[in-house]
Amino acid sequence: MRQIMTGNEAIARGAWEAGCRVAAAYPGTPSSEILENIAGYDEIDSEWSTNEKVALEVASGASIAGARSLAAMKHVGLNVAADPFFTMSYIGASGGLVVVTADDPGLFSSQNEQDNRWYALHAKTPMLEPSDSQECLDFIKDAFDISERFDAPVLFRVTTRICHSKSVVELGVREDVPVKPYERDPAKRVMTPAAAKARRYILEEREKKLREFSNECSYNKIEWAASRKVGVIASGIGYQHAREAFETEDFSYLKLGFTYPLPDELIRRFAEGVEKIYVVEENEPYIETFVKSLGIACEGRSLLPAVDELNAGIIQSAVLGREAKSGPSAGVLPPPRPPVLCPGCSHRGVFYTLSKEKDIVVSSDIGCYTLGVAPPLSVTDSVICMGASVSAGIGYFKAFSSAQKDAREEKPEKQKKPPKIFSVIGDSTFFHSGVTGLIDAVINKSESALLILDNRTTAMTGHQENPGTGFTIKGDATVRINLRDLCAACGVRPENVRTVDSYDISAVTQAVRDAKASREFFVIIAEQPCALIKDVVRRRAGLRCEVDRDKCIGCKACVKAGCPALSPNDGKVEIDSAMCNGCMICAEICPTGAISRVGEFDE
Amino acid sequence: MSNDKLERAGKAQKRGNILLVGVGGQGTILASKVLSEGLMRAGCDVKMSEIHGMSQRGGSVSTHVKFGPVVYSPIIDEGRADILVSFEKVEAARWLTYLRPGGMLVVNDYEIRPLSVLTGAAQYPEDVIGKLKDVVPNLLAFDAGAIAARLGSVKAQNIVLLGALVKCMGLDDIDWRTVLKDIVPSKTYELNVRAFEAGAEKI
Repeated sequence: MRQIMTGNEAIARGAWEAGCRVAAAYPGTPSSEILENIAGYDEIDSEWSTNEKVALEVASGASIAGARSLAAMKHVGLNVAADPFFTMSYIGASGGLVVVTADDPGLFSSQNEQDNRWYALHAKTPMLEPSDSQECLDFIKDAFDISERFDAPVLFRVTTRICHSKSVVELGVREDVPVKPYERDPAKRVMTPAAAKARRYILEEREKKLREFSNECSYNKIEWAASRKVGVIASGIGYQHAREAFETEDFSYLKLGFTYPLPDELIRRFAEGVEKIYVVEENEPYIETFVKSLGIACEGRSLLPAVDELNAGIIQSAVLGREAKSGPSAGVLPPPRPPVLCPGCSHRGVFYTLSKEKDIVVSSDIGCYTLGVAPPLSVTDSVICMGASVSAGIGYFKAFSSAQKDAREEKPEKQKKPPKIFSVIGDSTFFHSGVTGLIDAVINKSESALLILDNRTTAMTGHQENPGTGFTIKGDATVRINLRDLCAACGVRPENVRTVDSYDISAVTQAVRDAKASREFFVIIAEQPCALIKDVVRRRAGLRCEVDRDKCIGCKACVKAGCPALSPNDGKVEIDSAMCNGCMICAEICPTGAISRVGEFDE
Repeated sequence: MSNDKLERAGKAQKRGNILLVGVGGQGTILASKVLSEGLMRAGCDVKMSEIHGMSQRGGSVSTHVKFGPVVYSPIIDEGRADILVSFEKVEAARWLTYLRPGGMLVVNDYEIRPLSVLTGAAQYPEDVIGKLKDVVPNLLAFDAGAIAARLGSVKAQNIVLLGALVKCMGLDDIDWRTVLKDIVPSKTYELNVRAFEAGAEKI
C-alpha cells in the first residue's frame, strides 16, 4: 500500500514494522511527531519521558532487557542524553537500540544549529541518514538489525526537511520480534572503570567491522553517469538537493546512507572513477573532512555555505556558477511578521506585569514564552537551554551580589540595590530540568525568584502531555505531579510559594512585588491553561471582549500587552471577535474601563 | 495499456511547483495535505514540505508542494514556483520572489495586520493588490474569507483557495471530493466541498 507520509510518520511506521516494543521521547521540534505517531501502535509501549536523558535511559534499559527499543529527540536533546548515549555505546544492545536525532539546519525552531553527525563519530556508534520518507521507513527497520548484529546503539540522523516533508511511501508489514530471554551480564553492563576499559578495546574491534559493513552495505551506493567527469558525494537531504540542482548535468553520485563509519574503500573507488569530486552537505564538513583525510581532493565547504539549510538553487550557483533567478518584486516593504504570543495566551499578563517592573533581570527558558522577548513586551535578558532559567538565575544573583560587595567597599554612600532576578520557566520545561536548578537555588540560598508558567501542556511543540497534566501519551489518566508540593518538597518555604491566576494582573503584580521584597528564594506559580488546548477553546468559544467606543480615549495602553486581536482604528481600539477568547488582560489594563467581556463559558 | 493506466501515465507527465503561503493558523497545511494526497492518487510523485513549531504562532508560514514523474528536493527555490497561492495579501508580496517568470499568483484579498503594525512599529502597505498586479500579469485576487464566511465559516477559506488553485493548474480531473472526504473531519465535509466548488468557480 502506498501512502504519503512525513519522515516522522515513516519513522514511526518503520519502528512498528521492525517489531519495536518500547519507545520514549521528550517532545522537541522537529522530532515530536515520531512518538505521537508511535503512540498510535498498541504493540509499542510508548511514553513521554521527563527529558531526553530519561527517554534514552528508558530505551537503554529495555534494550538490555531484550526488547527492540527507540528513543527520539531533537538535536539539542541529544546533548541532554549524551551521558547514557556514550556509555550505551560501550554496553551495546541486546534488543536493537535506535536513537533518533532530529537536527535543525536553518534553525527553524531551535537555539542552535549543531550537526549531530559528530556524535556518532565521537561515541563510535553506527549512523544511518535517510534522504526521504521511504528511506526513513526502510532504514529504521534495518537499524534495529544493525544494532543487534553489531551490539551497538544506532544513531538515526534526520533533519527538519526530512522530518517535516511528505513523500510517497510503500508500506510493509510488522515483523513480530519477541523480547529476547534476559541474561545477566555484569561484565558487559556494569560500567566500572575496569569493565569499561575492557569494553573500550571491543569498541575498536567493532569499529573495524562496522567500516567493512559500511563499504559493502546497500545504503551506500555509487550511481555512475555516462561521462565519468564529475562525481558528487552526498547524504540525507543534501543528496536530494544535489540531484535536483544537477538534473541537467551528467554527474555521478556516491549516495551515502550509512554515514558512520564512512566507507573508505567505496569512496576511494568512486574517486578513481571520476576526475573531480564535490561534497554536498549542510552545516558541518563532516563527510568532506573524512574524504580529505583519505588524501582525496574534493570541494565542499569552500563553495557551499556552512550556515542555514541548502537548496538546489544555492548548489547550482555555487558549483555551476549559474545564478539563481529570483522572481519579481512588488516594490512594497512587507511589515515583519515574526511568531507572537497567541490571543488569550496565559503568558501575556505575566510578561506585561514584568515589563512594568523596574530593576529586574529576567532569565527565561525554552518554550512559547521565549516570545516574551519580542516587542512590545520586550522582557527577557537571556535564554540558554532547557532548564537554564533557574540555574542561570542563581549565577546572576551571585555575580550581582559580588559586584555589590565591591561597590559597598569602594563607595559606601552610593549603594544601589542590585536588580532582582526572575527565572521564568514553563511547566513542562520545569519538570524537564528546572527542578534540579530549584534544589540548587534553595540549598545555596539564592535570593532570586522563580516564576513557573503552568499552562498545563507542552505548548510550543504541539500540546504533548507532561508530568503536570495527569495523562500519559496514550491519554490514560495518571498521577499528576503537584507543582506547589514539589516546590515545598525541594525546600522552598510554603509561605514563599504563591499560586496566582495568570489572567489576574493585580494578583500577578502583587506576587511579583512580594517576590522582589523577599530575601529568600520565592516561587510564583502562574496558572491558566494554554488558550489553544481544544477543551479551553470550546469552553471559551462564546467569550469575547468588546470596546465601548464612547469610553475609549485611544490611549493605546491596552496595545502594549501585544495582543494580535487588538488594533487601533480611527483613534480608538477595536477587538477582533474571532481571535479574542475573553481573557480580559486588555480590560484590566484599560484606564477608563472601556473594555468588558460578553458571552458565557460553555461548561 | 488500460484506459486507467493511460490516464495515470498522462497525469504523471504533469509536473509543477506550488508554494502556499500565509499566516500561522490559516490552514495552509491542511490545504497542502489535500493537494498532495490528490496528486499522489493521480499517480504523480509528490513531495510536500512544511515548517512546524515556533513559526506557527501567528508568524509568516509557507508550504511547498512539488509533483512530477520524479521529485528530488522537497523545497522550491526562489524564482521556481509555477503558482504562488497566498492566503494573505502582504504575504504575497513577501514571497513573490519565489514565483517564476510567467507564473501565476492567486491571492486572498484578506488582510491580517501583524503585531508590528498593530503596535505602530511598522506600516501595512497601501494598495498591495494593485502593486502586485503591476508586476504579475497572471494574477487572481478575491476575498476567499468572505466566500467561506458566507458558506458557514471563515475557516474554510483554505479550501476555497485550494479549489481555485486546482482549477488554475488544470488538475480538476482528480476526484477531489473523495480526497476531501478522507482527510477533512466528517462534520466539516459538506462545508469544505461547497468551499472547494466556490473556489473553482472563481476561475
